[in-house]
Amino acid sequence: MAESEVLRAPHVIEYTYTRSTGPVIGAFLTGLRDGKILGATTPQGRVVVPPTEYDPITSEEVGELVEVGPSGVVTTWSWAQTPQKDQPLERPFAWALVQLDGADTAMLHVVDAAGPEAMSSGMRVTARWRPAAERIGHIKDIECFVAEGSA
Amino acid sequence: MARSVRPVAVVSFAQSAMVRREERLNDVEMLQPVIADVFEKVGLTKDDMGFVCSGSCDYLVGAPFSFVGALDAVGAWPPMRESHVEMDGAFAMYEAWTQLQEDDIETALVFSFGRSSMSEIGRVLTLQLDPYYVAPLWPDPVALAALQAQALIDSGRYGEADFAAVAGRSRRDARNNPNAQVSGDPSTEELLGDDYVVAPLRRHALPPITDGATAVILAAGDRARELCERPAWITGMDHRIETHALGARDLTSSPTTRRAAVGAGLLEDGGDGSVAVDVAELHAPFAHQELILRDALGLGDGVAVNPSGGALAANAVMVAGLVRIGEAAGRIMDGTARTALAHATSGPCLQQNLVCALAAEPAGDGRR
Amino acid sequence: MSEPVTMLATPIRIEYEFTAGLAQSRYLKGIAEGRFLGQRCPQCQKVYVPPRGSCPTDGVPTTDEVVLGNTGIVTTYCVVNVPFQGQSIEIPYICAQILLDGANIAFMGLIQEVPTAEIRMGMRVEAVWVDKKDLGPTMASVKYFRPSGEPDAAYETFSEYL
Repeated sequence: MAESEVLRAPHVIEYTYTRSTGPVIGAFLTGLRDGKILGATTPQGRVVVPPTEYDPITSEEVGELVEVGPSGVVTTWSWAQTPQKDQPLERPFAWALVQLDGADTAMLHVVDAAGPEAMSSGMRVTARWRPAAERIGHIKDIECFVAEGSA
Repeated sequence: MARSVRPVAVVSFAQSAMVRREERLNDVEMLQPVIADVFEKVGLTKDDMGFVCSGSCDYLVGAPFSFVGALDAVGAWPPMRESHVEMDGAFAMYEAWTQLQEDDIETALVFSFGRSSMSEIGRVLTLQLDPYYVAPLWPDPVALAALQAQALIDSGRYGEADFAAVAGRSRRDARNNPNAQVSGDPSTEELLGDDYVVAPLRRHALPPITDGATAVILAAGDRARELCERPAWITGMDHRIETHALGARDLTSSPTTRRAAVGAGLLEDGGDGSVAVDVAELHAPFAHQELILRDALGLGDGVAVNPSGGALAANAVMVAGLVRIGEAAGRIMDGTARTALAHATSGPCLQQNLVCALAAEPAGDGRR
Repeated sequence: MSEPVTMLATPIRIEYEFTAGLAQSRYLKGIAEGRFLGQRCPQCQKVYVPPRGSCPTDGVPTTDEVVLGNTGIVTTYCVVNVPFQGQSIEIPYICAQILLDGANIAFMGLIQEVPTAEIRMGMRVEAVWVDKKDLGPTMASVKYFRPSGEPDAAYETFSEYL
């Protein structure tokens, strides 16, 4: 049978997963809904953002959550000139690891910038929040980051 | 995991042609000739296997049981001892090697297959990311790899010209590999003229999208010597994992690859030594990752890296890691190398790494 | 503010282009012509339907095509009373494993035109197809199976397929 005779059909898999968050992730998402970013403190005194339930290096349970940011430093970035489905912005943007003030780890998000020439590792950025009424407790409650001073 | 206790070797390796799209055959039909080939090379059948282990993923074609259903290509009667992992076949081989350490079996079949062309492969791979903080942003694998590439550039150790050099060399070497998908002889200048896909990664620094299948047969001790003139002895194997939190890792180094090389007996613990082997097949789907892996292992100029063309020449998801092991083992089996290292990776930005040490002689421990 | 967040919705949607491969394409083209096609293994001689291109016991290509009839045996069944999202069949309904005459493997099918109290192992059934003009390379071409009226098959004739 030639390749042209083989049957083909479009096929979609789709599921509306709903996940329980537990107390640590839940607290972080609640913080986002309330317009703040939280990190978890480890027994060594490091602040992990976004918070994990356990220290990613030593596996010890984390302690209390503390507020970090809303500004921080881009530790690395890449330029998405062709945004894909469901990504945070529909115009070209930068992916970035952002280490917020007070945090010892960086979190993944996006930076809304005019072009790659406006991006550099080490630049400072600030969170641009979605309006309070639209925030639900989701990583996209932060719409994106922008260069500090331009928010 | 320390050095191999029981000498186990790769005695046979087979792979399909690696292609952009296998649209004529389904997974079972694509895999079946590879299984037939790997058995034929050593005159065995499935009834001779003590254990069967495979690696693939249902999400590649989006059909439930499409992975385990491929056992039809092997024939699962009489009932066999079988396992499978939703990972690259290299990790299935690690499980098979571990089983062979148990002593009550002599042989194992390991296979893997996948057709990345059937899906939006970038979205499928996004499913492996942290479901709370990362996946809802839908970062594709190229975007994440590009973060790592930029970090590497920022470190001052390498630049885009180095990435292009890796890509060019891989394509030239792939011309000698009849199964490779992408080959050629582009100049670094030409490659640097490619558009960025996600800066700083240009098209040539990315893996191709590939459909394909592969299989190896492992045998222990004297059984390996009966089956193969020059078995590729596994002198050690190890697998290490870093945190899945990207922002908690140093993306410019690969401590788990180094740790796995120590576990596989190729490096002394705590030293800053280099791995000395004739051939290294590194599973680096992105060009800059080869540089990170070379540094982690301390590979010098005397090591032939990715003579097959590597994952830049063909990157069937779930398959390319096992192909690295097969290609490295193949150099020992054909007598062109005495020692080899094969590496496989899984997860974003080299999050998990497996190292397999291969040699023309088994590690001496007296056991048969 | 209000209650702490305890749940997160993370919907996933992935699109594919599924290709049926050789064996399944042959099978579905047969369905479009109103018939069941199986494939025989050259080693064990068993006939598999729907065919997958390889014998599940021997692992060799099943190259010989076999046209199977419309009749077969209910090897086992269950009566479904549980509604599920997206169902189009009225409950209770009978779901059965059907061994077509000439096949060596049963497949799942819907049984209709028989009261649920009367379904039994060994019942002989026949396929009910859609109108010829509505046939297509899809399992929707087979509406369901119904009793054929023939005497039940003896247990020994299908017990190895249970």
